Amino acid sequence: MDTRYTYYPGCSLHATGIAYDKSMRAVFKKLGSELAELEDWNCCGATAYMSVQKTVAFAVSARNLALAEKTGDDVVAPCSACYYALKHTREGMAADPELRAQVEEALAAGGLEADLSVEVRHPLEVLLTDIGIPRLVEAQTNSLEQFRPACYYGCQIVRPFGAVDEDPELPMSMENLFTALGARPVDYPPKVRCCGGMLVATMPEVATELSMDLVDWAVAREANCIVTVCPLCQSNLDLINVTTGGNGASHQIPVLYFTQLIGLAIGCTPEEVGMQHALIPSDAHAPPLRGAPLTIAGSREG
Amino acid sequence: MKTLDPLAGPIAPGVLSKTEQELRAAFLDEIDRIPGGARLNQCIQCGTCTASCPVSHAMDITPRQVIAMFRAGAIGELLESRTIWLCASCYHCTLRCPAQIQITDLIYALKRIAIEEGIFPKRFPVHVMSETFTRNVKRYGRNYEVGLLLRYFLGTKPMGLFARRRAGYALWRHGRIKLRPDKIKDIEQLRKIIAKAETFDLPQEKVTREKVTAAVGYESIGR
Ligand code: SF4
Ligand code: SF4
Repeated sequence: MDTRYTYYPGCSLHATGIAYDKSMRAVFKKLGSELAELEDWNCCGATAYMSVQKTVAFAVSARNLALAEKTGDDVVAPCSACYYALKHTREGMAADPELRAQVEEALAAGGLEADLSVEVRHPLEVLLTDIGIPRLVEAQTNSLEQFRPACYYGCQIVRPFGAVDEDPELPMSMENLFTALGARPVDYPPKVRCCGGMLVATMPEVATELSMDLVDWAVAREANCIVTVCPLCQSNLDLINVTTGGNGASHQIPVLYFTQLIGLAIGCTPEEVGMQHALIPSDAHAPPLRGAPLTIAGSREG
Repeated sequence: MKTLDPLAGPIAPGVLSKTEQELRAAFLDEIDRIPGGARLNQCIQCGTCTASCPVSHAMDITPRQVIAMFRAGAIGELLESRTIWLCASCYHCTLRCPAQIQITDLIYALKRIAIEEGIFPKRFPVHVMSETFTRNVKRYGRNYEVGLLLRYFLGTKPMGLFARRRAGYALWRHGRIKLRPDKIKDIEQLRKIIAKAETFDLPQEKVTREKVTAAVGYESIGR
């Protein structure tokens, strides 16, 4: 396989989202695709930067695009906020000549230029379109039959740009993928609702309510894990289990990245996909999952 | 039949006097500089945005009201509202708006103006987060989560740090906290880019409350 991508991990995947980073690398490696980390990438600008200064936010984000253009491979950004920020920058510059001129001038001050020749993509879309479900099924070594995931998409990969699914109100791509891999996804109505995002730090009461609701839904639908596509969603939902501890058993549900689940299916070890970083372990508190990672570890293949 | 003074206000429902028309045109001209601002006059006040918003229940002014008040010129109140800081930028309102109004981006624009004007609601120090974030990017090129949170809590509510200790500890124990910031190699290049970009932001974002309200002539509305 000679597919190559420029990997933009973003700040979270180097810290709270370390398991996402590990599982991304493990899955792409297993599938024979090259994931080359963008050399000297900087912060994407994300949502907080947007609320401070506009042109600066675009320029900060555009430096990454300019660096990525040196190799010309598509940029893969796993964090929803990074994905949105980079994509927004690319589309915004393409649509607004005045903004583009300003950003280009700013980049030029640092000796860079951007001709917007690289695409910004989310790994879910890359895995589904470039690799495709048939090849993932072909690569499968372990069944996911013990998993009853609540597939959670959150906000910025479905809107406003729509990374994967045609229907931004009812995406089904993860459900289709995991059904094909033998899991039994549950019907999960709040799948595109907001997890609270950065409000977790600034207005925790409001954020807690939003995250809690997502967890309650998953429990009510008898899911045994929640599968996310974003490091902020993952840590918000994972932390709900800890910060509200003592509130009852309903808040003890493992929160995994979709790449972790894919990794387990195609023969990566639980360690390789970073299962050890989850606050709620997958083999505890969720009876149908008990022992699952061990079964999977046992059938590891080189 | 009585002749109506064209300067005396609305002639009939839906028909505006000449002065009103001019004032409104001036105002719309002003908000045209805000992303998606030009479409604001298409709002039909259907409330889809409010109904779609996951945090509207906690807002003092709902997204639908934001649009109405914006059009009415009550910018000052919007800048002082909790709403603009509560918005989680989830884009649900924007996705569903039948008039394709970029509500999320409009709220971003209001946040920017509020930060620039130094208007922040008490007890909702979200801007500290944004500003810390900005400082981190200038210093390291990356966002250093621990520094961000520490500074945020120490700057706003030291007790919050205490309450969050448990969460912090859990993350640390699972290898998810970085104790030292990552610094990019070519930070100088990034600083030059930021410095240049900043020169474009200042004049463009000067849509201050005085200027807007003066343009509309609605100083007294909603005050
Ligand atoms: S959804 Fe759009 S048209 Fe309806 S009230 Fe909100 S902004 Fe106005
Ligand atoms: S983007 Fe903001 S205002 Fe719109 S629905 Fe989401 S939280 Fe509410």
